[in-house]
This record gives sequence, C-alpha cells and structure tokens, in this order.
Amino acid sequence: MVHSDDKTGNHPEPPTEDNSEPERIPVMQQILDNPFLLLFLGITIPAVFYVIWGIMEIVHIPIAK
Amino acid sequence: MSISPPQEQLWWNEPIPKSELIWITTAFLWGLVMFFAMIYWHIAGEQNLSNEAYRTTPEAFAAKTEAMIAKYKVREEGGYPVVHPLPGEDVYLIGRLWQWWPILELEKDQTYRLHISSMDYMHGFSLQPVNINLQILPGYDMVLTVTPDKTGELGIVCNEFCGIGHHTMLGRLYVVDHP
Amino acid sequence: MATNEQYRICPATGLRIYRSAENLIKANAVVAVVFLAVGGLFGFMVAMTRWKAIHLLPAKWFYLVLTAHGLDVLVVWIIFFEMAVLYFASAVLLNCRLATPKLAWTGFALMLIGAVVTNIAVLQGGSSVMFTSYVPMRAAPHFYLGIILFAVGALIGCFIFLGTLIIAKQERTYKGSIPLVTFGALTAAIIAIFTIATGAIILIPTFLWSLGYISHIDPLVYRTIWWAFGHSSQQINVAAHISIWYLIAAVIFGAKPLSEKVSRFAFLLYILFLQLASAHHLLVDPGISSEWKIFNTSYAMYLAVLGSMIHGLTVPGSIEAAQRRKGYNNGLFEWLRKAPWGNPAFSGMFLSLILFGFLGGISGVVMGVEQINLIMHNTLYVPGHFHATVVAGTTLAFMAVTYLLIPLIFQRELILPGWARVQPYLFGLGAGGISVFMMGAGTLGVPRRHWDISMADAQLPYDFPGAANLMMGLNGMSAVLATLGGFIFIVVVVGSLLFGKRIAVGTTEAASGSGQPAASAVGRYGSAEAPAVPGTLAMVGVFFITFILYYFVNWKYLAEIWPLR
Repeated sequence: MVHSDDKTGNHPEPPTEDNSEPERIPVMQQILDNPFLLLFLGITIPAVFYVIWGIMEIVHIPIAK
Repeated sequence: MSISPPQEQLWWNEPIPKSELIWITTAFLWGLVMFFAMIYWHIAGEQNLSNEAYRTTPEAFAAKTEAMIAKYKVREEGGYPVVHPLPGEDVYLIGRLWQWWPILELEKDQTYRLHISSMDYMHGFSLQPVNINLQILPGYDMVLTVTPDKTGELGIVCNEFCGIGHHTMLGRLYVVDHP
Repeated sequence: MATNEQYRICPATGLRIYRSAENLIKANAVVAVVFLAVGGLFGFMVAMTRWKAIHLLPAKWFYLVLTAHGLDVLVVWIIFFEMAVLYFASAVLLNCRLATPKLAWTGFALMLIGAVVTNIAVLQGGSSVMFTSYVPMRAAPHFYLGIILFAVGALIGCFIFLGTLIIAKQERTYKGSIPLVTFGALTAAIIAIFTIATGAIILIPTFLWSLGYISHIDPLVYRTIWWAFGHSSQQINVAAHISIWYLIAAVIFGAKPLSEKVSRFAFLLYILFLQLASAHHLLVDPGISSEWKIFNTSYAMYLAVLGSMIHGLTVPGSIEAAQRRKGYNNGLFEWLRKAPWGNPAFSGMFLSLILFGFLGGISGVVMGVEQINLIMHNTLYVPGHFHATVVAGTTLAFMAVTYLLIPLIFQRELILPGWARVQPYLFGLGAGGISVFMMGAGTLGVPRRHWDISMADAQLPYDFPGAANLMMGLNGMSAVLATLGGFIFIVVVVGSLLFGKRIAVGTTEAASGSGQPAASAVGRYGSAEAPAVPGTLAMVGVFFITFILYYFVNWKYLAEIWPLR
C-alpha cells in the first residue's frame, strides 16, 4: 500500500501529468496514508494492552482460602 | 481546506507553526505530570485501592460472614445484626438483593481488612457521606485495608443497578470511638 | 473507471455526489434522527423522574425507560448518524462512487432490524438491564440478538467506507492524500471496527448464555470486554464529531488546517491510544493491578488526551486563521465576534467545541485518574460527564452538520430559520446544565441509575444533603431546555425535508468515462505562511488553567476520604 500517486501531483511547480515527482514521501506520511496499516495498529494496540493484558490479570486472581 | 486533499503533497515536510509547537509541548508535559501524579500517589498518598482480591463463591463468602456475625454480634437493629469486630480483624460485608449485610461497627483510627462480595448481581458499594465507591462483583472477594478517621453513622448506598428494588438497597456502618 | 452511475454536481461546493451514496446518507440520517427523537423523549422522562417535585415514572418504568434511553441515544442515534458521516466523508468528499451500495443497504437493514428488535425487547419489560447489561442479570435473548444484528450492520458500513477509499484511490478521484475530514472519519471507522469486534466477542456468548447454551459468564471478564465495546463506541463519536468540526469550519469559513501534519498526527494518537480508556470503568474493580489501570486509564501516558488538546487548538485556530485572512484582524477576538453566530451550523459547532472541551474533556480526564475515581465511580458524576461529551459534544455537532446536509444532500431550504437560529443555544444550554448539575450531584455522592434518592422505601434510610435535591431539580429544568431544543431540531429537520423549498437541482448526468474531478469551489492560499492565532492561544490558555485547577481540587477532595490501601 505504498503511495505512488504522485502522477497526478499537485506541486508548487507542477510537473507534467505523468511525470512522477522523484522526491521521496516521508515515512510518517506513508504510514498515515495507509488505512490498513492504521487499522491493524488501531486494533492490535488496544487488543494487547487493554483486552489481553486485562484478561491475564483476571485469570491470575487467586482463589480464596 | 480540511475537506479537500492537502495542497502541499508532501505535507509531512511542512514546518509546524510556532503556536502549535508551544501548545503541543505544553500539553505533552502536562500529560506526563498527570501520569506521574498517579504513581506518586501510590508512594506518598493515603488513598489507594488495593489490588488484593480472591475468587470465591457466594456460599463460601456467606459462611465467613455468618461466622464473623456469630463471633462479634453486639446487638440487633431492625432485623440486621450489628457487628463490632476487633481492630485488625478481617471484616466481611455482603451485598445482595437488596441489602448490605450486616451492619458494621468499626472503631475510629483503627485498621481493618474489609472484604466485600456480592451474592447475586453486581452491586455498587457507595459509602456516604465519605464518598468511597467500589464495584462489587459476585464471585470476587475484594479486600481493602481501611482506617476510618471520623466517627458517625454512615450510609452504604448501592450505586450499581441491581433490579427493581435497587433504590431500597441501603446499609449502615457506624464508626465509634475506642471504648 | 467507467461507471454509469448517476451523480450530480453540488452547486455550492463543486463536489460530485453519486445517487447511491446520497440515498444511503439520507436514509441513515433520517433513521438516526427518528431514534434521537425517541431516545431523547425517554431521556426527558428519566430527568423528570429524578426531579423530586415531579417524580414522573414508577420504579419499574423508570428502569425500563432508562435502559431504552441509553441504547437509543448512546448507540442507535449516534451510529446511524456516523454511518451517514462515513459515507459522506468517503464517497462525497473523495468525489467517488460508494463501494457496493447493495451491501450497504443490507447493513442498513440489519442495523434497523437490530435496533427495532432490541427496543421491542426492552419495551416488553423483561430486559430492563440497563445499556450495560451486566451479567449475571439476564435480559431476553432478543435483547442481545438485536444489538448483535445492529453491530454486524455497522461493521458492514465500516468496511464499505474502507472499500470506498480503495476505489477512490484506484480510480484516482482525488490527488495525493485523503482530506483531513476523511482521515478523521477513517479514525472513527477504525475505532468502530475495534468496538464492534469486542462487542461481538462478549455479546455473542452472552446471547448464547441467555438461551441456556452456556452456563456461566465471568462477571469481571464481561465488564472488561464489554467496556472495550461500550466505552470505545463513545470514542467513535469523538473522532467523528471532531471531523465534523473541521468539516463545518471548512464549509463555512473555507478554513484549512493550520498544519496537516499536526492535525493528522492528533488523529493518529486517537487510533493508537483512545480505546485504552475503556479502563475508566474498571478503576475500582477487584483484582486488576494498578499497573494495568494506570497505563490504560491514562491512554498510555495521556497521549490521546494530547490528541484532543491538539484538536482543541487547531479547530478554532483554523477558523481564526481563515477569518484573519478575510481581514478580521483587530484585537484578539474580532475573528470570533464577527463569526456567523446566527448560522446554526456554526453556533452549534462552536458550542459543541467549547462544551466538549471544558465540561466533557476535563471531567473525563479527572474522573479517569486511578485514585480520584474512588470518589466518583457510579455516581451521577459519570452520566454528568458523558452528557457533556455525547450530548453537548457529539449530538450538538451532529445537529450542526445536519443544518449543512439539508441543503447539500437533501436539497431543501431550511424552514423556520428563526427557530433554527436559537436551537443550538437552547440545546447547548440545556445539555450543559444537565451535565453540570449531574456532576454536582455526583460529587455529593448521589448514585446513578437510581429511582429515588430520598430512599423512602429503604429499611435503613440515608439522607443526602439538601443540595442534592436542588441539583436534581436544576437538572430537570435543564432537561426541559434541552428537550425543547431537541424538539425544535426535529421540527426544523422533518419540516424542511417535507416542506422545505427545493433547491435547484444540480446537473444530473451519467458519469462519462473519466470525468475530471470537480474543482474545489474555495480559493487557495499559500500554505507556506504560518498564520498567527493569538486569540485561540488565549482561549486554550484559559482552558489549560481551568484544567489544572480542577484537576488538583479533586486530588484535594480525594485526600479527605478514609485512608485505604
């Protein structure tokens, strides 16, 4: 899902329609432009830190004597 | 505009305006202050909820409570036993449809291990007017080490919905001076 | 990209609007508003029962109506409207056709059936278990089934949003990155997918348990996973209504973000950390460690709060920058004074921003401090907080954007513009009052979800301070104002849809081959200059001081309760 639609670029000095800009897209911008990577992160982080960690805490509650 | 694609295609390379930079820094530092405040209070503060809890069953918890009542009951009020346990003892409180059982009588400035559990649905332990609020679940024995610091007659309100009689579920707790 | 789908060009914005997306936006928005009316009416009855002088409903009805109120407004109204927002932010803002409209209609039907089934279950009387439906209290099986169907329908909507993003990219209907508002909607969709997944994980077993196929569901596990659903569902709102703030600022002022990078990064912080705040509900539960509580309740060191505080600067800041470019440059606040306060889309949006920040934001963070939660958990402070976020924040923002959608999507002029003009103020004042007075009662210890705080029927009665009854009375009066505001909203919206003057229909044509994307109607300005926004900085300064003071006052209150460990 790496961005490659510079073709229709919109730069201060507009390149011709099909001449893609050689300038590299910054990594953070590539991440923010990638909805499925964001979806993965947005599900994994709360699933690990909130749900899984939380359930492990509950499982480890000892039995009363 | 916010509703059209960014004009500058490599927007990540744009500089951040100074006003935003100031605010982001301030807000981030404030977040750190608030984060470490919770940790600090665990070290220096006196009001921290214990994480001590045990799995139990309504039957086992009720048996412990009845044993405590039999041992320390001092009188009765409106059908409720009033229990005056020795300081430092394990004290048990049952939440059930729709009462907090029994009435506890604790001594001021003494420390108790207070166990609370539910016999049926979830209940909310809400000690008033001190305003200590806890979630009470069936099957879990929650233990807190409390030190009442003022004498008086306190109410225990249920603040988790537990059915049609929820609003009648009240208990009582006395804090008295050391005899 | 050849498609024969019908579209028209919106004369006001130059956006290309496809018929299928338009119809879905209309249907979802209309159903949303219907449920807002129903749920709002239930809420009014709740407030009238809590008002001691009126004490409207008997206990059985109070708990039933409270359950229905929570479900209809916290879930049904909000999520239906969010579906409309998702379709708008993808198909309309990206000039694109909607992915698989037929499937979108299936999702819509599932949501509608689910909402109706759950409402029937509640109104039948056997499912007064509150919105949270904590086990082991049992509702009728179709209560859970309805929520599950609704959630599946909403999940379909989220995937259609993502599918539309793919189509727009493939068909190059936009250049570069997606607009900020669409990115905000993407944030909402991602949180929604997590929300719905956790909802399914817990509600499907609970449904089977209600049928007797599963013998036991652990109550603490239920609470933990249910809140990943219940709290995150409200975090969808935050992402959605902040997107709407940006949207309204763009449409009314032509505002552009001060910096794309900062605003998007703030949304990224939401995607990564906002859902962790589900832990706010478990801070006084037994047996979960303080490490878990502190990490999750603080959204990983308050990084999502940082996101909100950033939006709190950049949304008004973008308006200030746009206004200053138009020449409203005198003093700190001319840009704000000269804003169109008579336009309900703007006044609603700005009130939403202020009320959400000052009332909802600050109270949420304070209540979410691990230890301070001890003096607030399950008191009326909690509904006080979330009426500031969900009613004064989200609902008011959704109302404000509806005033824009009626001409844009429904192509009708507003009827009763005078009524519409006062509506946000009435509703905002009412919702603000509701939350302030409930929070006030909560600090006095008044429990939530409680029919009679005078405890008349209790064997061991307890008297709350007289101020508690005063608070509940003021809460009732605020609810009257909010209900009036809500009523005017419904009248204006429904009336405009039925009787509003039709706006000249934009060109309707079949899409021909590769139509050039419609140019934005709003002029451009250089992005290089960094606009100064002193007025906004002054506002966030006031906010910050309020935040700090209120935060430390509550530590002081906490220090006064019994020592416990």
